Amino acid sequence: MEAYTGYFLYILSLLTVGGIYAIFALGLNVQWGFAGLFNAGIVGFAAVGAYTYALLTTAESPFHIGGFGLPLPVGMAVAMAMSALIAGIIGLICIRLRSDYLAIATIGIGEIIKLILKNETDITNGPRGINKIPRAWEHFSEERFYTSWPMSWFGTPENWEAFFDGLPNWYWQPLFAGTIVLVVFIIYKMLERARLSPWGRMMTAIRENEPASRAAGKDVTRRRIEAFVIGAAIMGLGGALFAQHLRLIEPTNTFDPSKVTFLVWVMLIAGGSGNNKGAILGAYLIWTIWSASELLISGGIALISSTFDTLDPSILATRAGFLRMMLIGILMQVILQRYPGGILPEVRPASPKATKTTAGPTGD
Amino acid sequence: MTTPVLSLNNLKAGYGQTEILHDLSMHVMPNEIVAIIGPNGAGKSTAMKSVLGLLNIREGSVELNGEAITDTPAQKVIEKGISYVPQTNNVFVNLSVQENLEMGAWTRPHGVEDRLAEMYDLFPDLSEKRGQAAGSLSGGQRQMVAMAKALMVDAKILLLDEPTAGLSPKYRGEIFSTIQKIKETGVPILIVEQNAKQALGVSDRGYVLVDGANRHEGTGAGLAADPEIARMFLGGGH
Amino acid sequence: MWDAFGFEFVNFYFIPGLVLGCIYALGAIGITLTFGILRFANFAHGEIMMSGAYLTWTIMAILGAAGLALHPLVALIPASVLVIVLFLATDRFFYKPFRKADTIKVVMASFGMMLIIRSAVQVIWGPNQITFVPGIAKPNPTLQALTGDIGMMILMPNKHIWIFAGTIVLVVALGYLLNRTRIGKAMRAVSDSPDLAHVTGINVDMVIRATWIVGGICATAAGVFLVMDTQMLETTMGFRMLLPMFAAAILGGIGKPYGAVFGGLVIGLAEELSAYPWIGDAPLLSPGYKTGVAFAIMVIMLIVRPQGLFKGRSF
Repeated sequence: MEAYTGYFLYILSLLTVGGIYAIFALGLNVQWGFAGLFNAGIVGFAAVGAYTYALLTTAESPFHIGGFGLPLPVGMAVAMAMSALIAGIIGLICIRLRSDYLAIATIGIGEIIKLILKNETDITNGPRGINKIPRAWEHFSEERFYTSWPMSWFGTPENWEAFFDGLPNWYWQPLFAGTIVLVVFIIYKMLERARLSPWGRMMTAIRENEPASRAAGKDVTRRRIEAFVIGAAIMGLGGALFAQHLRLIEPTNTFDPSKVTFLVWVMLIAGGSGNNKGAILGAYLIWTIWSASELLISGGIALISSTFDTLDPSILATRAGFLRMMLIGILMQVILQRYPGGILPEVRPASPKATKTTAGPTGD
Repeated sequence: MTTPVLSLNNLKAGYGQTEILHDLSMHVMPNEIVAIIGPNGAGKSTAMKSVLGLLNIREGSVELNGEAITDTPAQKVIEKGISYVPQTNNVFVNLSVQENLEMGAWTRPHGVEDRLAEMYDLFPDLSEKRGQAAGSLSGGQRQMVAMAKALMVDAKILLLDEPTAGLSPKYRGEIFSTIQKIKETGVPILIVEQNAKQALGVSDRGYVLVDGANRHEGTGAGLAADPEIARMFLGGGH
Repeated sequence: MWDAFGFEFVNFYFIPGLVLGCIYALGAIGITLTFGILRFANFAHGEIMMSGAYLTWTIMAILGAAGLALHPLVALIPASVLVIVLFLATDRFFYKPFRKADTIKVVMASFGMMLIIRSAVQVIWGPNQITFVPGIAKPNPTLQALTGDIGMMILMPNKHIWIFAGTIVLVVALGYLLNRTRIGKAMRAVSDSPDLAHVTGINVDMVIRATWIVGGICATAAGVFLVMDTQMLETTMGFRMLLPMFAAAILGGIGKPYGAVFGGLVIGLAEELSAYPWIGDAPLLSPGYKTGVAFAIMVIMLIVRPQGLFKGRSF
C-alpha cells in the first residue's frame, strides 16, 4: 500500500511539473508556432511571473517587500499582467527587426530580470530568494488562511485543524495536479479557438508570407506584438504556478536558463511547433524522459560507485546531470534536422491566403 | 553550320512549383548581340537565370558551345565562362571599384593585373575611381563596374539583365555604346531589356517573349520595324 | 589633477575597462563576421570562447606536468587549432544542414549548440571554478617607475600588457587579411551580398570556412585573455560574455569587424566606468548591474540606429 502511494504521488508530480512546462510550451507556441517569434528568454518571463505571484501572495515578511497576502488568483492574474507588460515593451522595440535581434534581446531581458532579482535585495531578498509561497489547496491548511475570511465563515480554527489532521498530508497533491491539468486544458481550448479564428489565420498568413500580408494592408507588427504579449502572459501564469509548486524561489538555480528556456524549446520542437496538442504532448513526454532519466542515472551511479569505490558518487552525480543536459541538446538537434515537424506536425487552418497564391514570383 | 555559343532548347522551368518558362528556345552565335524583349512578367529574367542554374529546369536543355550545362550550379557555370550581371544589387557596395573587379576574377585568379588594365582601357571612367567604394558611385557608373567585373573572367558570353533600368537617357546611351565596344572585343552578349527600341538598335538579333515562350524572332532591325511588335512593346519607346 | 582624479580613474577604471573592451572586441569580431557572412546570430560563440580557454589551460597543464611551462599566449595557438576544428565540425553537422532553410533554424541550432558545448565542458572539466594562474598580478615595475617619473603613475600588470599587445596584433592582422588578401576581400564581398557573390562565382563554402577560422582564432584569444585577466576558469563565463559581445557587434554595425572592435571597447569601458563614482562617493551604478549597461546600450541602438554606428547591415 505504501509503495502504491509512492507511485501515485510520483505520477502526480509528473502531471504537475509536466503540466507547468506544458503551460510554458503553450505560451511559446503562441510566440514561435503561431507568429514565428524567437523567444530565447522564457526564463525571464517565468521569473517575473513567479516573483510577482510570490511577493503578492506571501504573508508579510521582513526579508522582502510585502508580502501582501493577497488572494492566490489575484497573484496569478497580476503575474500574467506583469509578464505581458514586459513583453509589450520588448515587442515594441524589437519586433520590427529580424528574428535574430528579438532572440538576442530576449536572451538579454532574461538575464537582466535575473540581475534585478539578484541585486534588488530590499525587494526580492536577493540570492536568498522568497520562501513559504502559498501553493493552491495546500494553503488552506495554513493558519493565516483558515483563520481569515472566507474560510473562517465555515468553521472555527479548531474545526479546520481537526479537519486537516484527518486528511493524509499529501491531500493537496491530487488537487494541485488536477488544477494544473485543468489550467492546461483551458489554455489549450482558448488557444485552439484563437488559432482557428480570423486572428489565428492572419498569424499563419503573416508567418508564411509577410510581404504579401503587409501588401494586403495587415498591421503585421501589431499582430506580432499581440502574439508575443499573449505568449508572455501565459508564461507568466506558468511562472506563478512554478512558484507555487516550488514554494521557495531564488534567482540563480530556480531560473537556470538551460532548465527553463531550453527545455521548453526542446519540448515544443519535439511535440510539434504550431500545434497546441503537440506542445502539451512534447512537454509531458520530455519532462517524463527528463525525470525518469534522473532516476535511472542515480541508480546507475549507485551501482558504479559500489563497484569502483575510488569514484566519488557525488562528483559522478553532478557530471551525469550535465551529460543528461548534453544529450537533451543533441536530441533537439536531431529532431530539428530529421523531424522538423515534431511528433504532431502543425495542421494549417484553411487559410484565406491559399486562394490568393496563384501569382507566383514573376520573371522581372 | 557553326555551333551556337549558348543555346536554350525547349526549356520548361520555374521556381518551386510555379512554371514560368513553358517552351523557350533561343541561341546566341559567336560575335552576336542578342536581345530578349517582352512585356513585364514574360519570363525574360527567368530565362537568363535558368542558364545559371538558379531555378528548376523541368524539361529541355541549356548548352554552352555544344556542351550541356543544364542544372549546373552557378559557380560551375561561371567557371565555364558564362558571365552574368544581375539587374539590381550587381556591385559589392562596400568594396572599392578595383576590389569589385578582383572579385569578378575569382574563378580565374591568374593574370588579374593584365585584365584590370584592359578593363580600365575599356571603361576609362572607372580608372580614376578605382579606390572608391562602389556604393558611392552613380547608377550608370555602378553598371559599368558590374559589366567590367563580369568581363574579368575571359567570358565566353556575357549575360546582361536590364542594364539600363532606372538610368538617365545619357547613361543609357553610354551603356549601349559600351555594349557594342564589348562585342568588338569578341564577347557575344545576351541582353534582357525593357528599352526595346534601343536594345534592338544595337542587337544583331532579337527574341520577343510572351508568357514564357518565344513569340517572334528576327534581326534587330527587322523586329524594330515590325509594326505588330512596335504596337505591342515599343510604344513611345520611352 | 592626476593625484586627485587621474590616478584612480585611469588605473582602476579606465585600464580595466580597456582590458574588458579588448576581450569583448575579439569576441564580437567572430559574432559580427558570422552574422554578416553566414547571416545568423551565433549563440554558441561565447561557449566556444569558454572552451578555448579550457583547452588552453589543459594544454598548459599537460605540458606543465611534463616539465614544460608554457605562456598562455603560446598554448593559445594549439588550442585555437582545436577550436577551429570544433567550429568547422559544428558548422558541418549542425549549421550546414540549414544553410538553405530559414535562418532562424540555424539560430535555434546554435542555441542548442550553446547548451551542448557548455554541458560537454561541464562533463569533462566539472562545473567548479578552476584557477588559471595563481597568485596576485603585480604591476609591471618598469612601467610603474617610468610613468611615476613623469608624475602619471600607471599600475598595469604584465597580463594586461599582454592582452593589449595580443589584441593589437590580432586586429592589425585581421585588417591585413580583410583588405589585402583575396580571401579577405571575398569575405567582405559575401558579407556585402551573398547572392551576388554566388553569381560572381566566389566559392562561398571556402569563405565560410575562412570565417570560422578567423572567428575561431579571435574567440580563443578572447577566452584566454579573459581567463588571464580574471585568473579563473568558469563554465558560465561564455554565456556571461554573450550579451556584451552581441551589444558590441550591434553597436559597431553587423558585418563590420572594425565596428565590432570599436563597439567592444565602448561596451567594455562603459561597463567599468559605470561603476565610477561620477556623482558623490558611491558608484554611479552598482557593479552588480554591469551586464545591464551592455544591454541598455544594445536596446538604445536597436531603437535609434539598428544598423549600428558604422552602417552595418540591418535586417
